[in-house]
Amino acid sequence: MPIKTFFKKMYFSNIILGLLLSFSSFSLLANEEAVAHDTTQAHADTAAHAAAPAAHEAESTKFDPGKLILHHIADEHDWHFFTIGHFHATLPLPCIVYTASQGVQIFSSSNFKNEHHEEIPYNGFVLEHGKIHAENGEKVYDFSITKNVASLLVSAVLLLTIFIGIGKRYKENPHRAPKGIQSMFEPIIIFVRDEIAKNNIGEKHYRRFMPYLLTVFFFIWFNNMLGLVPGGANLTGNIAVTLVLAIIAFFVTNFNGRSTYWTHIFAMPGVPKWMLVILTPVEIVGIFMKPFSLMVRLFANITAGHIILLSLVSLIFIFENAALGLAVVPFSLFMNVIELIVAFIQAFIFTMLVSTYIGAAVEEHHH
Amino acid sequence: MELITPDFGLIFWQLLVFGILFFLLAKFAWKPIIQSLAEREQSIDEAIKLSETTRAEMAELKAGNEQLIASARAERDALIKQAKEASDAMIAQAKLDAQTAANQEIEKARVAFEQEKASAVAAIRKEAATLSLDLAEKVLKSQLKDKAAQEKLVTEWMADVKLS
Repeated sequence: MPIKTFFKKMYFSNIILGLLLSFSSFSLLANEEAVAHDTTQAHADTAAHAAAPAAHEAESTKFDPGKLILHHIADEHDWHFFTIGHFHATLPLPCIVYTASQGVQIFSSSNFKNEHHEEIPYNGFVLEHGKIHAENGEKVYDFSITKNVASLLVSAVLLLTIFIGIGKRYKENPHRAPKGIQSMFEPIIIFVRDEIAKNNIGEKHYRRFMPYLLTVFFFIWFNNMLGLVPGGANLTGNIAVTLVLAIIAFFVTNFNGRSTYWTHIFAMPGVPKWMLVILTPVEIVGIFMKPFSLMVRLFANITAGHIILLSLVSLIFIFENAALGLAVVPFSLFMNVIELIVAFIQAFIFTMLVSTYIGAAVEEHHH
Repeated sequence: MELITPDFGLIFWQLLVFGILFFLLAKFAWKPIIQSLAEREQSIDEAIKLSETTRAEMAELKAGNEQLIASARAERDALIKQAKEASDAMIAQAKLDAQTAANQEIEKARVAFEQEKASAVAAIRKEAATLSLDLAEKVLKSQLKDKAAQEKLVTEWMADVKLS
């Protein structure tokens, strides 16, 4: 089984991964409390905001790490880079909303802020906790170019520029040794082909899945790394993105299922008939569990990484002690490097698991 | 909870962008990359195989050459040997021929000599007979004055002649 040998080989990084996961579950637990706290805080905020701006100022000076972290890992309608005093370096993004009564409306997200950087309603819409609601309570379909969508588009442009450029070089001189950026990506492409696709899908079928696997691999890897750039969006740590990736993996796997695959699900060979009553439901749940695990794994790992880094930096502000930076900065640097590795490993694991699922689906009967 | 609630808009954009990305990358990047990687690997493979077969052919050729040289050498040796044998045989034959010729000549000479000798002996005998007849005539002339003696003598001689 190639997956076993893989895990044997990679046991060290697996330990790191395990540590990270335990970290992340811990941090997520901590954040559940933070969220609960955050909502009460927010209600208090809006109340204070309505009452007196001065009181709000006093309230917001108190540092709340839970709110900060959730704000950073969540999606938003403008791309906020940094704030110095009253200067907010923010890139307003287009809002595209559809309501049954007003139809499609496109406007800038900057309309939701007044000159004092306070949230105001615009054209019958309000922005509340990063979500657009209609003031009349109508259902709003929000197709806005949010921070994550903008980051998605940036990564798409980046991927297209790099790989179509490389593809052109291959087309022009296919038999020459790789050069420049081509030689940087060629070993990775060969790695995906030989270690991921060929090992798990098999010599006979791997070729037609290569475009999908390469796209998934580089999409996840690039977006993981873009998420680590200061000010970057937490795209692959967003459940909607991993959901779509998992759904695509689900369809690719099951549309390519052959008779052996379906027999193993509905009539596992070599087990007593009465056992199938238990086994078949388990296998059917398994069909959906596999992509579900893909979705949660990527989401949790990347979000956890962001939470850890932000928590570490928050320590300085929680204790209001700059000297803590001496300990926190090297450690967050260490974590950042780990996150760079995780960015690659998660892309690798996602692609490899998808290819093992595809491998099981296209496997031909050979007992 | 907000963290694990998928956002409808983002699902839409992700599907759209990923779909387009997949389509464009598959057509303009992965297809030429995978194809030319496979081609390059194949051409390297072929080159290695070709060099191996060439090397094997060279070795074979070398072995063939050596074999050829060895066989040529053997053939030459055989030719020389044959020629030597032929010349030896010719010399022996010539010697034999000469011997026979000489023997024949000697034989011929001997035969001739024998003939000469025989004819010479015959001539001498004839001469001797004539001489003895002449002598006997003279003796007889002197001794045979009477008839009786003559007859007696003639009879004796005649007997002698018969005996001899």
